[in-house]
Amino acid sequence: MQVPAQFAYEKATSVDDAIELLARHGPESLIVAGGHSLIPMMKLRLAEPSTLIDINGLTDLDYIRVEGDQVRLGAMTRHATVLESAVVREHFPILPDAERTIADPLVRNRGTVGGSLCQADPSEDLSAAFSALRADVVIRGAEGQRVVPVREFHHGPYETAVAHGELLIEVRVPIRTRTGSAYQKVERRAGDWAVASAGSVVSLDGDTVAEAGIGLTAVGASHFVAAEAEDALRGRPATDEAFTEAGRIAAEHCAPSADQRGPVDYKRALVAELVARTLQRATARARGEA
Amino acid sequence: MEITVRVNGEQVVRDVEPRLLLTHFLRDELRLTGTHWGCDTTNCGACVVRLDGSPVKSCTVLAVMADGASVDTVEGLAHGAELDPVQEGFVTCHGLQCGFCTPGMLMTSRALLDRDPDPSPQAIREAISGQVCRCTGYENIVRAVRWAAEKETAEETAEKEASKEEVTP
Repeated sequence: MQVPAQFAYEKATSVDDAIELLARHGPESLIVAGGHSLIPMMKLRLAEPSTLIDINGLTDLDYIRVEGDQVRLGAMTRHATVLESAVVREHFPILPDAERTIADPLVRNRGTVGGSLCQADPSEDLSAAFSALRADVVIRGAEGQRVVPVREFHHGPYETAVAHGELLIEVRVPIRTRTGSAYQKVERRAGDWAVASAGSVVSLDGDTVAEAGIGLTAVGASHFVAAEAEDALRGRPATDEAFTEAGRIAAEHCAPSADQRGPVDYKRALVAELVARTLQRATARARGEA
Repeated sequence: MEITVRVNGEQVVRDVEPRLLLTHFLRDELRLTGTHWGCDTTNCGACVVRLDGSPVKSCTVLAVMADGASVDTVEGLAHGAELDPVQEGFVTCHGLQCGFCTPGMLMTSRALLDRDPDPSPQAIREAISGQVCRCTGYENIVRAVRWAAEKETAEETAEKEASKEEVTP
């Protein structure tokens, strides 16, 4: 039987209360949102918080709303809510594409957007999708709040820009015109972590790629981004040839590790193919064809 | 820590350790052993219960997180002596063999039909995709849920017809 080590438990009643509880209980205290990454880690004693601060009561962080030229997702928005959101589907089809591949429907009923980002697993899907979308995250602490580009949010595996005493409260995704997006994942079985995944965002100016965002997960891409492939695509005609080339560049510059999910060459081959396919689909969506 | 949970409609108050998992709270504290304890790793879904209506894996929820919430388990599914149509479907369509995955499958299926009264076989497969039947009896589980959906739809139609007849002079 897997049982977590002992800990004290606190229920936060507001964002400020959660921040105050983090300060009071010190660096060994942790926030729990959906708990579907943290509780398994606690059962394996990979995480042994002295105090667990539960933010499931902060329903005011469970929202998806349009504000100006952004869609804002509260940190406590469950995966299931993102998957079902018409607003999200309209502006960022990459997100339901990705959500459909995250764990299973039961886990998605519990797991949250903020929790997934803060867990910062190097194989996590939303990190790649939000990186492709060039989203920003809002982090609040005792001194106030700051906005951090998601491309600067991850400091390494399981490490983020959220310092102790701070809380990620919101994700802001820019809405762009003539833009499409798509996500694809290769997994060994339904609901597994990715062998490799790619997400693409394409903004068109006529038939030219005005801007591209390419996110990768599980393949060691720095900040989940294929920056060199984006640079190669910007300003070029949106053709299958250009997308294949972008895939090749992304495969060359990522840094996958060989593990039980496959050898390095296989993962690079997947990256090349998934980048090209998601760029094609994103472009078709930008043109209103898909 | 003292928690108050509404379990199958009845308020329960218990003093529990924060590290107690909801599965073990139900099984060991409340002796509701219908909720099965399977893989312990959020994979198999034998432990699925409804937490404020949503089906969740109770091996990955702390009992203290259910404080103030309602929890529905397989024990609360039948209506007195009358089985829920989902349970009836599993009996009729042979939706279980060893029975270990059944409580979780039933809870997920009930939640699916509450949300979508006429799910396609594909929608049913997706809904139970986080659960494992080691007898591999998935075909019959899908048939069982379809059976329940059809029965409920037929009953609803009959009720509507009956109420129409009542108002028609």
